Amino acid sequence: MEYNEHKPIYLQNVDLMQEKIVHGEWPEEERIPSVREMGAMVGVNPNTIVRSYQLLESQEIIYNKRGLGYYVKSGAVERIRENVKKEFIANELPQFKAKARMLGITKEELIELL
Amino acid sequence: MIEVRNLSFSYSNVNVLDSISTTFEQGRIYGLLGANGVGKSTMFKLLCGLLTTKQGTIEIDGCSPAGRKPSFLSKIFYVPEDFDGPDMSIANYAAGVSQFYPNYDAALFARLLGEFEIDVTRKFTSLSLGQRKRAILALALSLRTDYLFLDEPTNGLDIPSKAEFRKMVAAAMDENRTIIISTHQVRDVENLLDHIMILDKRAVLLDRSVSDIQKEYWFDVTVNAPADALYVEPGLGGCCSISRNTTGEESRINIELLFNYINSKK
Repeated sequence: MEYNEHKPIYLQNVDLMQEKIVHGEWPEEERIPSVREMGAMVGVNPNTIVRSYQLLESQEIIYNKRGLGYYVKSGAVERIRENVKKEFIANELPQFKAKARMLGITKEELIELL
Repeated sequence: MIEVRNLSFSYSNVNVLDSISTTFEQGRIYGLLGANGVGKSTMFKLLCGLLTTKQGTIEIDGCSPAGRKPSFLSKIFYVPEDFDGPDMSIANYAAGVSQFYPNYDAALFARLLGEFEIDVTRKFTSLSLGQRKRAILALALSLRTDYLFLDEPTNGLDIPSKAEFRKMVAAAMDENRTIIISTHQVRDVENLLDHIMILDKRAVLLDRSVSDIQKEYWFDVTVNAPADALYVEPGLGGCCSISRNTTGEESRINIELLFNYINSKK
């Protein structure tokens, strides 16, 4: 896996896990790899991976079944889409707009390109 | 747990460690960083009883490495930077060495050698540097010791082997183990480390978890250096800088930049 320069690794791992859930690779109400298995898959310290799981648990994307491991919560896909959309509108869209403005790309041109 | 107190060591007239005190806790992978000659390899040799000193003490689970008790030695393994290996096959060497390590997992060893594409019947003397290194790293991880010291483990490894190595170490980690990796190739192992220790001859300059460092400092690359930056280096794509983290968000740690910053302050 290629890592981005600026985002902390535990958040990049959150992105990876969310992608797997949204793409259906990890279906809702099914078990996902353990922290250790995930660490071994991506070559990242398990203590870092724990932070990704904690964040996703606090956002009700995954949950822990005692003694069984972590499962994807039902409704997770919808919640991920909402969260990522908010983030996109707050962070990525303004940058995109600023760049389009700098390059003098008009709304009509943009619509055509999209 | 490893407790090092007022440890000093010198080779004839050359002082390498001068009154160093620190601890290494279980369940962590430490990155032991330091300029050439500050004594990282010496520290490893002292920790596993290959060198002894009268100045200062080391206790590992309450035991002094200098005593070289078999029960103590079975809990630690050290992979030196240059491992030549004896004139015998990997299989024979592993069979001999593993006798001393009760937690040795032969099936794991076979699997790791497979992942590293190393033939267990080969003699060390017929292998390249990178192949020897892969063989000894596979063995080191299979001995499943509580303490594992890796001196420049990625030196000599090719690019795919480095990725395999990271996965193996991540898989080997659990809450009872302590892994200390000394390296100048920070990029090779940075995602493995959860604790950074920067060593200097006379002091431990930094001893903190990666998440604490990310909470305190903000690492950034910008066109112009931020006015309140603590440390700045010109780099590709702008100025690499370290500032105080005031946002509560976290950025990705840049260990090389951090190392240079900490060394510039000493």
